[in-house]
Amino acid sequence: MPANHIIISGFGGQGIVAAGKTLIYAAMLDGMKVSLLPSYGPEMRGGFANCHVIISEEPIASPIISKPDLVIAMSLPALEKFEHRIKSGGSLIIDSYLIKRSNFRDDIDVVMVPATRMAIDAGNVKFANVIMLGVMMELLGCPGLKSMGKAIMNMLPDDKKLLYDKEMEALRLGQEYAAAHQVCIK
Amino acid sequence: MEKKLLRGNEAIAEAAIRAGCRFYAGYPITPQTELSEYLARHMQKAGGVFIQAESEISAINMVYGAAGTGVRAMTSSSSPGISLKQEAISYMAASELPALIVNVMRVGPGLGGILPSQSDYFQATKGGGHGDYRMVVLTPDSVQEMFDFTIEAFDIADKYRMPVMLLADGILGQMTEIVALRDIKPNSFEKSWATTGTGMKRRHNIINSLYIQPEESQELNLRLQMRYNIIKEKEQRYEIINPEADIMLVAFGIVARVAKQAVAELSKEGVSAGLIRPKAVWPFPETCFTRAAKAYIVAELNAGQMIEDVRLAVNGRAPVHAINRLGGNLLTVEDIKQRVIEIVGGVPSACAI
Amino acid sequence: MPVQFKRPEALLDVYMHYCPGCSHGIIHRLVAQAIDELGIEGDTIGVASVGCSVFAYNYFACDMQQAPHGRAPSVATGIKRCLPDKIVFTYQGDGDLAAIGTAEIVHAAARGENITVIFVNNAIYGMTGGQMAPTSLTGQVTQTTPYGRKPEDGRPIKVAEMLATLDGPRYIERVSVHDHKHVAAAGRAIRKAFEIQLRGEGFSLVEVLSSCPTNLRMTPKDALKWVEQSMLSYYPLGVIKDGGACYAG
Repeated sequence: MPANHIIISGFGGQGIVAAGKTLIYAAMLDGMKVSLLPSYGPEMRGGFANCHVIISEEPIASPIISKPDLVIAMSLPALEKFEHRIKSGGSLIIDSYLIKRSNFRDDIDVVMVPATRMAIDAGNVKFANVIMLGVMMELLGCPGLKSMGKAIMNMLPDDKKLLYDKEMEALRLGQEYAAAHQVCIK
Repeated sequence: MEKKLLRGNEAIAEAAIRAGCRFYAGYPITPQTELSEYLARHMQKAGGVFIQAESEISAINMVYGAAGTGVRAMTSSSSPGISLKQEAISYMAASELPALIVNVMRVGPGLGGILPSQSDYFQATKGGGHGDYRMVVLTPDSVQEMFDFTIEAFDIADKYRMPVMLLADGILGQMTEIVALRDIKPNSFEKSWATTGTGMKRRHNIINSLYIQPEESQELNLRLQMRYNIIKEKEQRYEIINPEADIMLVAFGIVARVAKQAVAELSKEGVSAGLIRPKAVWPFPETCFTRAAKAYIVAELNAGQMIEDVRLAVNGRAPVHAINRLGGNLLTVEDIKQRVIEIVGGVPSACAI
Repeated sequence: MPVQFKRPEALLDVYMHYCPGCSHGIIHRLVAQAIDELGIEGDTIGVASVGCSVFAYNYFACDMQQAPHGRAPSVATGIKRCLPDKIVFTYQGDGDLAAIGTAEIVHAAARGENITVIFVNNAIYGMTGGQMAPTSLTGQVTQTTPYGRKPEDGRPIKVAEMLATLDGPRYIERVSVHDHKHVAAAGRAIRKAFEIQLRGEGFSLVEVLSSCPTNLRMTPKDALKWVEQSMLSYYPLGVIKDGGACYAG
């Protein structure tokens, strides 16, 4: 896996931690070691949300990520908090519908995805996080689609299982967007 | 065996139910609240009791009462809350009642902060409450161990009739990892001392810690100390990596994971480094220090607490160094490696570097 | 001659440490009598508190657990929730219940825990030698209010009325043991409190006004008179709460 230290960030309600959980669940099904550490306590109260996700073939030492390989930022405060921490040569995926900015560090790859706009167009703003997961899958080449499908099903509460097809559709939208824009992560 | 992604706090809660714990009382405090919330959802289904008490003090006293009936009982909290519970923990130790107390440590002193810390080591191992008593203090370093040690903790508590503490920290409580969930058949222990009603078939049982006569009080204290000595002999728990290394790191909990990585990297780089990881900090694994390494480095998220036990165990046979982080920050692999290399540099020809 | 009066079975035939004239002996007997009459000794667990009555665990024949100061309602909660079919009571003094243990009693009452609380109010700290209690009367001279309890030392707390403002409790009554007639009434109230628990109806508390001649520095007779003349006017007797009916006067 090219990037295994990932920070997913945004604000509360965007499904930031849910995206992290889905991701590690799928990675677990793919036989990887995983850890997820969410922000907790007062940090969450201001509307800020993030989670540190590590996916590895080796046992994971610390679940805290000081220098991420990849940051997904779905809000401006999240971008400002984590951009400078990305490893040189690492990657940044931003929700370009919510973050209007054009200047970034020049030693990282930046992928602009209007995820929230795409989610609204697809009928549910809440799918923005799933679209982001789709982009990430395409860029990283993992986890596998089958595992992601199982993970999405697992994350849905019993009374919301009907959303499965729509979430898979959102995942595909993300994958297609990344493929069409020919972005890749080194 | 079922494999599941669980948060550390949830793994403790799930393990408690599987271990036959049927009474929980607690009070909300970050970063352990998910443990309470999990049991609020699942304890009743398991036929047990969940109570959100009006205070930490009330919660631990409910556990004291429940434990008196012979039911497996527990409470959980984080540092300031554990301070409030100390009186009743001392009562339980003196009344010889088994129970599990979980401390998901946060930064102190005072209200401190909610970030991870290991600064309650003294409180946990040296008797945070009044009187000459001890608790077995288990120190997991992964979500899997949060699960496994919780199950063990109930057995240790019942076997020795004493409160046992599971000492974790904010990261272990909050992080999610893969856990292999074992179905276990809880061990049963004879509890003829429990206050369950005489049924008019026996003399009344009394659960008590008041001994006005000095002879009686001395007898209780000696009995407790004898038991603690047995525990010191039988219950030292630890993991050692590279036991013959020149430089031995000593770390528990979340820091031990970081230290493990540091040791792996140092070994690849040709530095003779190893790790002693106490899986219980009381009784302290003194047996790991029989062979004196060239030097020890104790890595802790406090100002230097476990280092005192390491110094006692090493007993002057080798230098004991420290590396500490305060305020809720975690030591990194680089921090630890750098400290090891510093020490190696100061010990001429001690290591191949 | 037929036996007219004897020690209840639920009270062990042991030497009691209470001072001459102390009301604890009477109140112990009333509790034991209720246990005998209801035939529940084998199913009862008592919780002793901290104060003069701490040794209650040596006197009652049922199983007993001793609680940290003020925490008896929490300890009783733990026991009762684990053994819902057993009878659980606490025996607490005024310092224990109304000072250091205020939170515990309020919340046990608010939860409507199905336990019985015997609350002994003698307006003074007995065990430690006569200091001001939360229920000491205004003006009362104690070891820590040598010039009399002043308003800024705190107004005496009417526990029964205070708890009756909560929706949780099922039954609260204040009784006294200063004379035979009142002892008999106190016995009936205590029995009723246990009956309510037996029926699973919830939290019951009987506040018993009692005397502490040693620390009041009075003869036993004068101490009982003091209870009648000084305490009754501030702590009115009677049912304070029964069922949904809350005491309003």
